[in-house]
Order: sequence, then C-alpha cells, then structure tokens
Amino acid sequence: MTAPVLSINGLTKAYPGVVANADVSFDVQQGEVHALLGENGAGKSTLVKMIYGLVKPDHGTMTFQGKPYAPAEPRAARAAGVAMVFQHFSLFDALNVAENVALGMENPPRLADLAGRIREVSETYGLPLDPFRIVGDLSAGERQRVEIIRCLLQDPRLLIMDEPTSVLTPQEVEILFQTLRKLTAEGVAILYISHKLEEIRVLCDTATILRLGKKVATCTPADTTARQLAEMMVGTVLHTPERSGRALGDVALELTELSVRSPSAFGCSLKGISLNVRQGEVLGLGGVAGNGQDELLGALSGELRAAPEMVRMHGKPVGALGPMERRRIGLLCAPEERLGHAAAPDMSLTENAMLTGSLREGLERRGFLDWARAKDFAEAIIARFDVRTPGPGNAARSLSGGNLQKFVIGREVMQRPEVLVVNQPTWGVDASAAAAIRQALLDLAAGGTAVVVISQDLDELMEIADRFGALNEGRLSRIRPTSELNIEEIGLMMGGAHDMEVAHV
Amino acid sequence: MLRLEKRPQPSRAWVWLAPVVAVIATMIAGGALFALLGKDPLVAIRTIFWDPLFSEFAFFYRPQLLVKGAPLILIAIGLSLGFRAGIWNIGAEGQYIVGALTGAGVGLAFYPLEGWFVFPLMVMAGALGGWAWAMIPAVLKVKFGTNEILVSLMLVYVAEQLLASMALGLMKNPEGFGFPGSRNLQQYPSAHNAELIAGSGMHWGVVAALIAVIFSYVMLTRHILGFHIRLTGEAPRAARFAGVNPARLVLICLGLAGALAGLAGMFEVSGPAGRVSIDFNVGYGFTAIIVAFLGRLHPLGIALAGLLMALTYIGGEIAQSRLGLPAAAIQMFQGMLLFFLLAVDVMTNYRLRLTRQEVA
Repeated sequence: MTAPVLSINGLTKAYPGVVANADVSFDVQQGEVHALLGENGAGKSTLVKMIYGLVKPDHGTMTFQGKPYAPAEPRAARAAGVAMVFQHFSLFDALNVAENVALGMENPPRLADLAGRIREVSETYGLPLDPFRIVGDLSAGERQRVEIIRCLLQDPRLLIMDEPTSVLTPQEVEILFQTLRKLTAEGVAILYISHKLEEIRVLCDTATILRLGKKVATCTPADTTARQLAEMMVGTVLHTPERSGRALGDVALELTELSVRSPSAFGCSLKGISLNVRQGEVLGLGGVAGNGQDELLGALSGELRAAPEMVRMHGKPVGALGPMERRRIGLLCAPEERLGHAAAPDMSLTENAMLTGSLREGLERRGFLDWARAKDFAEAIIARFDVRTPGPGNAARSLSGGNLQKFVIGREVMQRPEVLVVNQPTWGVDASAAAAIRQALLDLAAGGTAVVVISQDLDELMEIADRFGALNEGRLSRIRPTSELNIEEIGLMMGGAHDMEVAHV
Repeated sequence: MLRLEKRPQPSRAWVWLAPVVAVIATMIAGGALFALLGKDPLVAIRTIFWDPLFSEFAFFYRPQLLVKGAPLILIAIGLSLGFRAGIWNIGAEGQYIVGALTGAGVGLAFYPLEGWFVFPLMVMAGALGGWAWAMIPAVLKVKFGTNEILVSLMLVYVAEQLLASMALGLMKNPEGFGFPGSRNLQQYPSAHNAELIAGSGMHWGVVAALIAVIFSYVMLTRHILGFHIRLTGEAPRAARFAGVNPARLVLICLGLAGALAGLAGMFEVSGPAGRVSIDFNVGYGFTAIIVAFLGRLHPLGIALAGLLMALTYIGGEIAQSRLGLPAAAIQMFQGMLLFFLLAVDVMTNYRLRLTRQEVA
C-alpha cells in the first residue's frame, strides 16, 4: 500500500467547556472513500474544519501527501489540494452556474472559457450541468453538482463531503456515487460524512467512528451491519421506533384543492393539493426540496392564508385562520428551518418555548406573560426530549442542530396537538436523536393525533408513515399505503416527474 | 496588525460599556475640536458637563434638565418600540409638531373659558394629532409597501410648513399686534402645563415620560405585545410563525411612537414654550433618535440617555454664551456622540485581535 494521502496524528481541539476532539488519529488512503461517522456533537465538523483550515488544532499534527500540513486558512488548504462540499450550499440564486463557480475562484478565467471547462468536467464525471442555467431554477441535486464541480476544477487530492445525499432522490444518489467512484479510481481520496448508514456500507471502504470527540473505532463498513455501526456511534444499544397497532379515528385534517401562491420568487406555488389524515394516522409526504414543502407547511401553520374551505379541521373550514387561531384548535406545526423560523436564534429557550406555547400551555393571561411557567415548560421539553444544554436560559443558537431540533419538535409534541405537521423532523440529526423524534411522533399518533411528516428521508418515511405521497412542482402524487411500496417506486413517484420537468425546460 | 474577530455570543459587558466609552471618546474628540477653535478644551468640557449640575448657578440649570430631558425621553421611548421591531420612524419631529398644533389648537379654541377639562382634552388632542401624523407612513407602508423611513422623514418638512402657516395664520394671536405666533398658553391657566412643584422643572410632561418608561419596560418584559415586538426585530420569520401580524405591528409601533411624540409636543407648547411660533421645534424629534440608540433601546437606558442629552443641550447653551462657542460646534459635539456610539458598538459583536502579518 502507498503512503496515505492524509494522516492525522493526535489532533486535539478544546473549546471553553467542551473538548471537541481529543487525540484523534487516522489515515485516509489514496483512492478510498473514508467515512467519518458520529452523532451530532461527536466532533466530526470540528475535525473537518481543522483539515480544511477553518479551525486551528490545539495539539497534534497532520501530514498531507507526505508533507507536514497545517493550513492557516481554507485558501491554504485548497492550494494544498483539499476541497470541500458543504452541507448547506453557498450559491446565489440569481446568478448562473458559471458565474457562481467564478465567484469562488481566486483568479477566475473568462466566463466562456470557464463554461467550457465546466462542461468538460461535468461530462467526464457524469454530472450533466448547463453552465448558463440560473441557479435559482436548479433542483437540489443539480445545485450540489455545481458545488462538486466547483471543487473538481481545483483538481483536489482530497475531497471532503458533508452530508451530501440528504437532499437527493435515490436516483440522484446513484449518480453521485458513480461520480465518486470515478474520482477514487483516479486516486482522489474522499472523506465522507453522513448519517445514512446503509449508504456508507455501500459506498465507503473504511469508516472512522467518533464519539464524544474521541475515535472509538475504525472498521470496514461492508463487513459491519448498520445496526452495529449505529451502536458504535451511540455507545449503547439502539431502539428502533416501534409501531403499535393503532385504530384510526375520524378524518382530522382535510385539504381540498389547496392552491397557494409562493411568497418567494424562487418558491414553488401549491397547485390543487387534496389529502386527508385520520386520527392516529401518520401521513408521509416525500419529495425533493423546493417542490412546495415550505409552502405546504406555511399553508398549514397559517403563515400563508388560503380560502377557508381549502383546509378543514374536523370538518370545519380553517384555511383563512392565522397561526394563533390554528394553535387554539390544535393544529400545530414544526417548520424545517430551525434557526430563524421555528426558533429565534438570539432568544433563550424559555423565550422560544413562549413562541408557540403561550396559548396552549397557559403561559399568557390577558396578554401578560408568565415567564416562570414558560421556564418550567422549557425545562420539561429539555428533560423529556433529552435536549443537551446547560439550561433554558441559553440562546437557541448556542445549541447544536440536533439538540435544537429535539427542542423544536418537543415543544409542539408536548402541547398535545390534534394534528401535528412536521417538515424535515430529523434533518441533520444524529441516529439516536432521530430515533427518539420518530418514536415521539409514533407515540403521538398512537394517542390519536393525526401526524403529517414532510421529509426527504425516504427511510424515515418508510419507517413511520402509514401512507405515502410525493410532492412535485407543488402538486401531490396519488397517496398510497406504505406497505404496498418499495423504495424504488417511491423514488420514481418523487423523482420521475422531476425528470419530466427538466425535459419541459 | 489589528483584526476584528466575531464573538460567538454578543458581549453583555460591551452592551452597557459602549455608551460610556462613546461618551468618553466624544469628550476627547470634542475637546480637540474646541481646542482647534481656540478655546481651552478642559474648560469647555467642564462647562458642558459640570457647570449645569454643580456650578454656582446650577439651581437655575438643574430644573432645565427635566424640562429638556422629558420630551427627549418621551419621544425616544416611542421610537425604541418601533426600532426594536425593525420599523424605522425617522419623522418624530413632525409628529411632535403636529401634536403641539392639535394640543394647542384645542386649548386656543376654548380660550378664554376656564375649566378643569380643558387641559385633559388638550392632552388627548396632542396624542391624537401625533398618532394621526404617524399613521400616514404606517398606512402607506401597510397598504402600498412604501418605505416608512422616507415617508416619515419627508412629513417632517410638511409639518414644519404646517407649523409656519398656523403661527402666521389660523392660530395667530388676534391681540398680538400682528406679530407671528399664538396666544401665550402660560397666561391661560386652564391650558397651562405649569410646574407641579415650583422651581423643580417638573411638569406633566415629566410625569408622562416617567409613566412611558415604566409602561414600556413592563410591556417589553412582561407583555405579549412587547415579546412580539422583540421577536419581530430578532427573527421576522419566526415572528410570523408565532402568529404576529406584521401589518398590525407596523400600525401599533408607528402609532404609539406618534402618540408619544405628539404628547411631547403638546406638553412643550403648553408649558416651557408657551406658544405656537414659527421656530417652535428645536429638533427634539431627531435628537430622540440618538437618545434611543444611546440608551440601547432599553427603557431605563433611554431615561439615562435622555438626561445626558439634555445636559449637553444646557451645557452647550452655557458654552455658547459664556465661551462664545459657535452653535454648530455644539451640534457637532452632540452628533459625535451617536457617531462614536455606532463605532464602539462593533465591540459588542466583535473583539479586537492582535495578529502578526503572515508572510505569504
């Protein structure tokens, strides 16, 4: 075997109060896909940030292609041959692909030349992409291609990918994997961060598992079961959510030909969505991001108003009611975007508990707020949903994504909803927290609540939903019982029509 | 080399330290300015900050502190509510003028009838006048999406013309020998906003300012409306999710600010100023913007900042008369305060780091 591309030796990084990485060592070989696994807060992102020059380690050394490597900033890392595709894209909607790529370059060539190179790279690696399309019109998968091509133009020796598949359809995932395999065949090493264990088992050659900042194991994923991987991450035995047999009650929520214009220029308007959910039922709505998920949640939470009879709760028209009135009748929602939508980043957890809980939890009397009770409510959420934080006085933005997600979902679950709508409940959440959130949703349904789960994670929907529909271009596919479907069919339901849309353009 | 580094959380210490540092920096830069003008900087600074409070004539100046501070605080409290929610009312000066006109108008309409009800009616009219003037930018924003900064600011100049027209026309004193300006309300007992305790400077406007401070403090910390105002300023999308109606909030915030500014104008015209005159307004509405930010948009901070600003007004006048400093220098001095505050404010979210230049 040749010398490793990247060799990490005893990297340690401590922040006030937490040790993010303690003495982490491992090697990434040339031409391998190396998975980095761990729960949220296990130290994956800190480790990757050190490799990419965003954070300086306290102790420890790195060698890159045989030379000592200590990047002071991402530019140095890129110059050395390290590239990174971030989980959240940094693209400008209003510019075209080539312009976006040029913006990220030190000395961008002429746009026409760049477009040529983009075409060349995209053809070589099987990532079809027109350099002159406006990014705002691209699907999530295509946007990711822009980011990947941006990296590939630097001719990297090590490519870091942070949760790359969370926004892709199964078919798009397959394309991505082919690309990654092509890259490794050319000797590029890939450091692959993901929560999706099955994917890692299919794609990755080696996996390094982190727990609480320490390396706990290195293994070959193909020889390990997903369950073993998850248990190594968590350090305990994992519970899969259990579905108890449920008696379905009356129709709780009914949408009839719901059409709403998107408030945003690059949004997706809802076109004639009809569905119903019964008490005790979990309805799963899949689909690639940007196909009307945010708008549907807005139309259900009351942020977007529709004609009254388009949305019915227990038969009563509620389409024109605002968020507070909908909470009063038991229609609760948890939006996808945690910071800035579901929660106010700079406000404390107590204040964020007040944000939606004021009415149903009796935290408000004739307009006056009972902060002591709000604090109790926040503490109850923290305790029941195992939110890791020093206390309810901490700002929402100080929590890790997964912990804040538990808080945001918990806040709604604990208000005893009649109907609960969640958008991306486990996005960026680690395996054990995700399992806890899914279990909470199932428990809620077992108690007679109608639950609507909007998600891009198909495994999740297969696991908890009774029936499944896919959102596409603001339209809803036929809704079918999950037990009749396999993952390929679901993929076609959400992705097939999407390809047709590309053909239209 | 110095470098700014973003703090993970805003520094609590700097939130309160910034105004103090800004005041000190203003004293230094102002001193330099005065020195360039050929005055002894130490004497000038002492005249502005010390003499109004502790010199031998302080008994005359101290009540002025309340007289000048009250309208500033009253207006700034109203403005701070909107500022917290990201609603920028820059036209408090106009709302102040219109409040004074409607308040004085009601008083003058009753002249010379004496009755206990005259003054309360004037108070209501003043608040209503300011509210109505603020409703113009509010309704235009809600209905047509206009920019409230521009509309409210431009309405200041409209209000100034209205004031001139009133002082020269409709409200002109019929017994004033043709001089511009209304009857003197100080000589009309039922309409006079007199000192509650003689020689203290304490008039009804001071009481109103105090009530406004307490009211806004309770509202921001204990009431759902205050919570929604803060929420809208910090995370507008989360506020909409919580159920805040942005249009309603615009109407409420601009309306409250207008009503308080109108009250301030009404108390001023019926008390310290006494009459509607062409140059009745002296820029309280604009200075209150500085007061609101100097006080960190916090009710108690605004009360302190209002008094500090009043001090520079009084001290500035003394410096003008005693040291012969030009009025423009004093205004510049007051402007520096906001300038330095905004500059020092960077420290709340960033910290300075010494870094060595890296060799490329």
